[in-house]
Order: sequence, then C-alpha cells, then structure tokens
Amino acid sequence: MGLTLQQKIIARASGRDQVTPGEIVTCQVDLALLLDSGGPRRIWPRLRELGVGVWDPDKIVVVTDHFTPAVDAASAAILKLTREFVAAYRIPRFFDMQGIGHVILAEHGLAQPGMFMVGGDSHSSNGGAFGCYMAGFGAIEMTGVVVTGEIWMQVPETIRVNWSGAFGTGVVAKDIMLFLCRELGIDNALRVIEYGGDTVEAMSMSERVVLTNMAAELGAETGIIEPDETTLESIRAGGQEPAADALNWRSDADAQYLVTHVFDAAVLAPQIAAPHSPENSGAVGDYLNVAIDQAYIGACVGAKLTDLRMAAEVLTGRKVAAGTRLLIAPASQKVIRDAAADGTLQTLTAAGAYLLPTGCGACAALGAGILAEEEVCISSTNRNFRGRMGANSAQVYLGSPYSVAAAAVAGRITDPREFLS
Amino acid sequence: MSRGRAWVFGDGVNTDVMAPGLYFKSSMEEMARHCMEAIAPDFAPNVAAGDIVVAGRNFGIGSAREQAAMALQHLGIGAILAQSYGRIFYRNALNFGIPTLIFPASGEINAGDELQVDSVAGVVENLTTGHRYQVAGLPAHLMAMVSAGGLMPWLKHRIANKDI
Repeated sequence: MGLTLQQKIIARASGRDQVTPGEIVTCQVDLALLLDSGGPRRIWPRLRELGVGVWDPDKIVVVTDHFTPAVDAASAAILKLTREFVAAYRIPRFFDMQGIGHVILAEHGLAQPGMFMVGGDSHSSNGGAFGCYMAGFGAIEMTGVVVTGEIWMQVPETIRVNWSGAFGTGVVAKDIMLFLCRELGIDNALRVIEYGGDTVEAMSMSERVVLTNMAAELGAETGIIEPDETTLESIRAGGQEPAADALNWRSDADAQYLVTHVFDAAVLAPQIAAPHSPENSGAVGDYLNVAIDQAYIGACVGAKLTDLRMAAEVLTGRKVAAGTRLLIAPASQKVIRDAAADGTLQTLTAAGAYLLPTGCGACAALGAGILAEEEVCISSTNRNFRGRMGANSAQVYLGSPYSVAAAAVAGRITDPREFLS
Repeated sequence: MSRGRAWVFGDGVNTDVMAPGLYFKSSMEEMARHCMEAIAPDFAPNVAAGDIVVAGRNFGIGSAREQAAMALQHLGIGAILAQSYGRIFYRNALNFGIPTLIFPASGEINAGDELQVDSVAGVVENLTTGHRYQVAGLPAHLMAMVSAGGLMPWLKHRIANKDI
C-alpha cells in the first residue's frame, strides 16, 4: 500500500519502512522551533528541575515574537530570559525581534521537504507548505522534545483537498481557508490536510503557507503541500540549498486518503468568518454593512509582504474611513524592509494606516492594538475566539487582507471587489 | 480515581477562553481566576478540588498554550470527560497528569452531578443518576507517564534510570 507524504516523513523519522494510521510511533525531531511565549520562559525552569541540558542546540531555532517589543517589566523580563537561554545553551540560530517565528523559518529556508519538525505554537503547521511535517505542541511537550530529541505520534490519516481553476478578482488563499473552516469543520484531530491541485500549484509560497497555517483552525494535526520548483526557489532565496532528492518527497500514486475533496477556485467569493469561530464563515455578501471600529492586518498568516500588497492595492488613492482605524503589524522586519523598498508602506501610510511593530501583537491580545468591550474588528489573522484580541465582548470578523482593507475604507464590511479592477 | 461535581460545557471550548491572552504575563493563580470567564464566569470562583469537567466536541481547540491545561490543574480538576479534544490540549492535559478521557455520553451528564472516574479502567459512574459508563481508559502507551503524574515526573524517572 502506498503512503501519503506525511506518512512517508513519519515513517522516515521513526525509522520504519511502513506506518499505518492509528499506529503509535516515536519520531526523531529534525528541528524544534521555540518562541518567547512557550519556549525558554517555560522550558528553562524545567530543564533546571531535571538537571539536564538541551539535546542538540543545532536543531533548535529560537525566535522572539509574542512579547516583542517589550512594553512592560514582565515582557522585558521574558525577552531577557529568552536571550539568556540562547546564550547559556549556545543555540546558533536565534532570531531576536526579527519577526514572527513561522515567517522567519520560511524567510530563511529552514523548513525543507522531508523534515520532521515541531514548534511550540499551534500555527507551526505553517511550515508544512514546504513539504515537511511540522506540527505545533504545548510547552510541556516541547520540554520533552528539548530533553530527548523525540516525540510520540499517532500516525494520522490524510485528507486530500484539491483546488482547481483560477481565482476571481479579490479572492486569495485566505478565502479558501475560511471556506474550508465551514466546509470541513474543526473536528479533524489525527488527520493531516494535504492540499493540491492547479490552484495551489500556481500559488506563491507566501500564499501556500496560509493553507497549512490555518490547518490549525481545522483542528488538524497539520497541513502539508507536496514540494515543487516554487518550493525549492523559496528555500534557495532563504539562503539554503535543498537536498538533491527534495522533490522525491511526494505522496505515492496509490496512497490511501481518508477522503478527497475537490473544489473550484473560480466560483469562490471572498469569505468572512463572523464571531466567535473561524468555522462561522460565509461569503462576504452575507456580512455587508457590519460597521467596524478597527481593521487589523497582522499575524503570521496575514501580514506578509503579499498581504500588505493586497491591502495597498485596495488603498491606493483612498483613505481609511473617518471613525475607523486601520492597524498594520507587518509579519517580519524583512517584510517592513521590502514593503518600504517597493512603495507599499508609502501607499498604506498615505491612506492613513497606523503602523505597528512586527510581532504577534494584537492577534492573541499580547501586543498593541487590542480591543475594548463591544468593539468590532475585522482582522487578517487566523482566529476570532471570544476574548482572543482583547475584551470578551469584542466582536472579531476574519477576512483576507483585501477584505480588511476594503472594510477600513468603507468603515463597514464590504465586498473588496468593488475597490479592485 | 477521581470523584467530584460535574461542570458541563458545550462544543468547541477553546484554549483562549481557558487561558486568556490578556493574562499571559500573570501568575498561574491569576490566570486560573480568569479560566472560562468569557463563557462561564461562575466556573473559576466556584470550582472545587476534584471536580470534573464534562464537555462536548473539540474541547481545547486552538492555541498550543499549556496554560489552558495548567489553569484547570491549578483549579484542582480531577478529570476531563469530553467527546473529542483539540489535539494539542489533549496532549498537554495528559502531560500534566490530568486524567483525560474520550467520553461520548457527555450529553447525558447534568451540571452538578456527582461523578466518579477510574481513568485506568475507563469507568465513569454518575452517582447522582446511578448510570455507569464504560469507555476507553488512558492510552496504553501513555499509562506509565500519566500514572507517574505527568511528563515531568516521567522524565525524572527516565533520567534516573538512564533511559535518556
């Protein structure tokens, strides 16, 4: 029986020729991503308690993103501890205040086909767009990984999701995911979502990662995409050379899928998720005229260079509506540099956007831009649970950067296609 | 064996409501005080040690934050019985030694019912209604870890035995 890509990687990482869904295996970890949130801050005291060090500093990447920049004594102390941990264990790959971890891995070509990777954050599934198995875990689980270099897995089933056709104007990967949250639901534990089809093949890596990032919203173990030349070019642009056999990491022709879904991208409208769950989604036409206080472009999933460019496309020659604020927290320092170089930032700020520092920011109610009671926000982030971005009674709608920028201009949720040619 | 009152929740209770981001920099004591606040403000102030959380599908969906499981542990939750779990939360809860069972009949439990849970045997008794449920016990490969009290005691055991 053939294997899907994720099963091949788990088989390789657990030293087996074959694996079967449901089987319990122990995998050797190729790379572990630690963030300031659930990383050294929570793991270091446990290492001290155990009297051990890290299993392999070369296989650990540390990024500060959740508490950057420090805004009070507590966040400053967390960042300081993170820096001290990196120095104490001589971890060579440390990205301090450079951007959001998932985006940093992609920018530096550190996620590569066939690797088995774990991260201390649910959106670690982001990396799966590069043809690796990468999933998120809690800090207690990551403590075990940092000590032993291994982790137990129950081999997941695979759901194949194929998209064909070209998107209409104003429709992007984010719309696919908000649609899938409704269509596939959030009850997908012990399943990996493998995306494919000509729509996905035509996407840049910046768009593909949206699909795997938000596999977390589907409740899946992770998402994955078979690598191709686009994948390899992105890894090379990050300064890494992919392995010669990188493109061999594909699902077998006779691989067993739990189910295969086929969708038509050409008929997909921009999607909006209403409070308080990403699965509470529908076409933008169902949410017209919801007045908003704040439009937010941020997070790993929604503030990459391509996302800022989408917003700029809508905002060119237009202004943020009176009584509405548009906040933009670019996903990395590189995004800021690139957006400054190509004029995107100028377009955004000329329209009245308020620029925030890079980092996880308001997405998880940690940084600048959190919401007051009763406020309404449309956000390019991935999650809109009650209280997620601040006050418990705040209402968060999710949409693509196009939809967020369009709402900022109109002061209410509106169809972004009316601003695009 | 755990015994306590049932606190009943619906589907899709996410980790943001168990451990709100606004309290990420606070002590666990402060964090636990706000556990479930957005959906059940009476929970944290009134829950007693040994009480049992009963929930529908996808309990603990969302963020990887271990503070969600830690807050429940801090509040003294004796066991969790849900129809299904968010994948990371499920592992976190077991890693903190909280008996966490897949319990399809959660809809039959009423708030305040007195429950007794044998997580090893997978036996749940509703002492209020007299119903007895047989479900899958803790997974065999995790039994030793959970029985040791969670991942930290288990790692200590393995390190002492030069197993790591």
